[in-house]
Amino acid sequence: MKIIHCPINGPRPIQEFAYGGEVREMPTPGSCSDEQWADYVFNRKGEPGIKREWWYHLASGAWFVAERDVVTDTFVRTYLYGEEPATAPGPWKGRASDEEAR
Amino acid sequence: MSGRLPQRAGEWIDRSKPVEFRFEGQAFRGFSGDTISTALWASGVRLLGRSFKYHRPRGIFSLANHDVSVLVEGGGRTNIRADIEPIAPGMDVKAVNTSGGLWSDRLRFTETFSKFMPVGFYYKAFHRPRWLFPIAERAMRRVAGLGKISPSSVFGHSPKRYDFCDVLVVGTGPAGLSAAVAAAEQGLDVLLVDEQPRIGGSLLYQHVGAGRELMEKVAALPNVRVLTGTTATGYYADHWVALVDSRKLTKLRAGAVVVATGVHEQPSVFHGNDIPGVMLGSAAQRLIHLYAVQPMRRGVVLACGADGYRVALDLHGAGVEVAALADLRVGGEPGDIGKRVLEAGIPVHRGHCVYEAHRAGDKPSLGAVVLAKLNEQNEPDAQRTVKIDCDGLAVSVGYAPAGALLYQAGAKFGYESAVEQLIPRTLPSGVFAAGRVNGVYAPEEKIADGRRAGLEAAKFLGKEVADPARWNRRASEGDLEGGTSGGPTHPYPVYAHRQGKNFIDLDEDLHLADFVNAHQEGFDNIELMKRYSTVGMGASQGKHANMLAVRVLAKLNGATVDQTGTTTSRPFYHPVPLGHLAGRRFHPLRRTPMHALHERAGAHFMHVGAWLRPEYYQVGHQSREESIFAEAKNVRDHVGLIDVGTLGKIQVCGPEAAAFLERLYTGRFTTQKVGLGRYALALDESGVVIDDGLVGRFAEDMFYVTTTTSASDAMYREMQRWALIWKMKVLLANATGRLTAVNLVGPASRSVLAGLTDIDLTPASFPYLAVRRGMVCGVAARVMRVGFVGELGYEIHFRADAGVHVWRALIDAGRRAGIRPFGVEAQRLLRLEKGHLIVSQDTDALTNPIEAGLEFALGKGKDFYVGQRSLEILRKQELMRKLVGFTLPADFKGPWPEECHLVIENGRIAGRVTSFARRSNVGQPIGLAFVTPDRAAPGTRFSIRVEGGKMIEATVAKLPFYDPQGVRQKP
Repeated sequence: MKIIHCPINGPRPIQEFAYGGEVREMPTPGSCSDEQWADYVFNRKGEPGIKREWWYHLASGAWFVAERDVVTDTFVRTYLYGEEPATAPGPWKGRASDEEAR
Repeated sequence: MSGRLPQRAGEWIDRSKPVEFRFEGQAFRGFSGDTISTALWASGVRLLGRSFKYHRPRGIFSLANHDVSVLVEGGGRTNIRADIEPIAPGMDVKAVNTSGGLWSDRLRFTETFSKFMPVGFYYKAFHRPRWLFPIAERAMRRVAGLGKISPSSVFGHSPKRYDFCDVLVVGTGPAGLSAAVAAAEQGLDVLLVDEQPRIGGSLLYQHVGAGRELMEKVAALPNVRVLTGTTATGYYADHWVALVDSRKLTKLRAGAVVVATGVHEQPSVFHGNDIPGVMLGSAAQRLIHLYAVQPMRRGVVLACGADGYRVALDLHGAGVEVAALADLRVGGEPGDIGKRVLEAGIPVHRGHCVYEAHRAGDKPSLGAVVLAKLNEQNEPDAQRTVKIDCDGLAVSVGYAPAGALLYQAGAKFGYESAVEQLIPRTLPSGVFAAGRVNGVYAPEEKIADGRRAGLEAAKFLGKEVADPARWNRRASEGDLEGGTSGGPTHPYPVYAHRQGKNFIDLDEDLHLADFVNAHQEGFDNIELMKRYSTVGMGASQGKHANMLAVRVLAKLNGATVDQTGTTTSRPFYHPVPLGHLAGRRFHPLRRTPMHALHERAGAHFMHVGAWLRPEYYQVGHQSREESIFAEAKNVRDHVGLIDVGTLGKIQVCGPEAAAFLERLYTGRFTTQKVGLGRYALALDESGVVIDDGLVGRFAEDMFYVTTTTSASDAMYREMQRWALIWKMKVLLANATGRLTAVNLVGPASRSVLAGLTDIDLTPASFPYLAVRRGMVCGVAARVMRVGFVGELGYEIHFRADAGVHVWRALIDAGRRAGIRPFGVEAQRLLRLEKGHLIVSQDTDALTNPIEAGLEFALGKGKDFYVGQRSLEILRKQELMRKLVGFTLPADFKGPWPEECHLVIENGRIAGRVTSFARRSNVGQPIGLAFVTPDRAAPGTRFSIRVEGGKMIEATVAKLPFYDPQGVRQKP
């Protein structure tokens, strides 16, 4: 079972989270074409690589963005929407390192 | 117990505790600590089971938990592996899949027809004539198979456990022990697991006496926990490992995992290599050292390295007359151990293989082996043979890695010719391999390699460890044990025989010719070969067959092992009882604070989302329909009270709260006056109706929003997300559980409530759709005048812990006015009479507000709301359907339409019924249905196909059915 790093709550098992779909940029409704709008609403990227996704921590009600490599199914990094960090965090390293961090 | 050796140090049996048990109806004796197989073997029994397909006799082969031709059943359990199952007093078991018992299995003649059962025969045979196949299938199922499940066995739940550690070490051989010690010395919390009942791994039977220090260290370290009799059966994401023991499943989360699972010893392929008495070298060693059982009287050893010579010496030491040692290598064993074998007087046949094994007369056990000289191409010379009488053959020709966990974790293996073995080339982050699974064999080297893995795990977990790689002992090409003699594993111990039954997969009775045939038929890829031949698909999942299959296919293709590849390893590594996996069916269930009062009032409950809600209240002997109608009528005539505490209740505050709601919902809220409520409709981005509710404005910057019961979590979630995306200054608080609510509704509701509140209820001061704050029954409350059921009513929201108090007070106060509680069904009828839809009952995952008749709720001239742009596009398209009200004649007697019955036009589906009530307060049956737009005008007739395919006619009616002017909810 996967561990996801919630930017608020730290590493938690995946069953505490809900997937919220791809992070998409909404085109300007007033100026985009019908086709552009339909593409935004209905089409999702299926290509391999890093995908930006919405994830929600159910227990605390926290939305955040996760960058996930959909080829290896690994979470590259997570951050709050609009607060994209400069560097990527490392993988979860178990309780020992958590204690040290405290 | 003729085969029992004198007492020896470290034996697992307790000679002070004899155990009596029954096998195939006969009484046997063993000692506590014996397994079924070892106790029988000690008693001189050689035939322990019958094979899957041909019912060939089988005995001890691996004694390592993979003797799947020796499965027994008894005591309500089946497919018990006799090689590891401890005997217990009173145990009564028999072999699986025999006809008439093990000794005289009538199905043993199946093999006579084996010529007619080539590989994959069941894919080709019995298809014509068609009637033959079911008969053939039944026959095949009777012949081939495993144990029978007892339908009377009782299902019991196994406990589930969660566990955590810093470092999980799988396997307690020298490498695993060493890794555990190294990690523990770094202060880490280490969990050590082994499927065997005791720790030590190969130290207990192969290198007896070595590694004692490590075992003592492990016992002394307080931060090492040891779980024996526990199999790590599956690796899942982020170091989550399933540990299975006889009682339970443990879900373990580790910080890092060291896999020191060792190897599976591999058989040699020759004619008769499955006859009882032919066993792996390690099986013979386990018998001697763990169970003090003499594996054979007069034996032969087949070797290709030092390990085989050790087996010969162990047999010699156990009083076995070792009649010969056949060494596959022309050069023989150069080391000291080779000398010791010669000193023991054991004749060594260099450059010889075992070509044939023969039964002893008509007995189902070994009587002799035929050795044959090998030529330079590793092929036996059938002219240069020597026959040796013996009752046992120990085969020690090499190993395959027990790499299942590593494969599952995503490790990539490659073939290392220095050890003639697949070894992990790249490992996923936080997963380490050590010992023989990593291609490291000498005991002291394994210990060093384990240390390396333990230290690497510690370093991974953030410990300061200097250069763990200096302990690396993995061999690479040109770095051979003993210089010239090759590694412990032979690259191709497969010897064809003209008439041979040379088995490759003992689970499935597949022999060499099957592979050659499959290859000729074009199944030249390992995954195809596996599926066609079923190699590795038996009960042991190919522990002793997969590697041989790869080698055989590689040779047939003229390819390398790396080019040939391997099949995929999936959880579970070992069979797991279904009871260990079965969950407890936990479902979250929510009850409102007034639940007990509803129960006392005779409520029948229904599930709505996670909630239990009163469906209706049973009074006396009234039927369900009568109860529901009586409740609804009482609301129309007098006053009713419904628990609506399950509604979503969300507070939206902040300077941009109104603007936020206006983007989220279709309506206008910036113009909403404080003290008023408005209907709110939510769409998704494609314009589909997802929720509706009421928005009450209690202050300039404070709104109170209700959502439908089942959508409350999703709506709150979406609100949070949009607030983030739009970067708006709003504060959201989900008060769904903290608050509860009731709806007091009916013409008498004002007079009932008047005595209980300080809010001025006069129509001028508290009109329809207004919202007020005040005290109700002494509890601070928000009160909203809503029109869902179409009568004068007050929806009262207040703290959940006051639910019982307020409910009781309202019921008491309303008694003289004829108050009755009403349930969800009565409310559904009342709103249907008003033509109000219920989102997700009258709408589906594609319903837009235009077709649902909700255009009144779409704010005109708004800049933006979720779904608006999609509606713009939808408006340009032709309307596909329209939600309309319909009636049936007042004297209609059935057959009755039901929700989801189809509207049919000219034999085609033209819509469906979404709501229906047989009896209503408007004097005739009413409903809602989707119809094509050309049938949507009031007065139009359309057909509904009801149960049994009968068609009935309905008439479109103008909505609402009841009180079209809406005067009743407004006074």
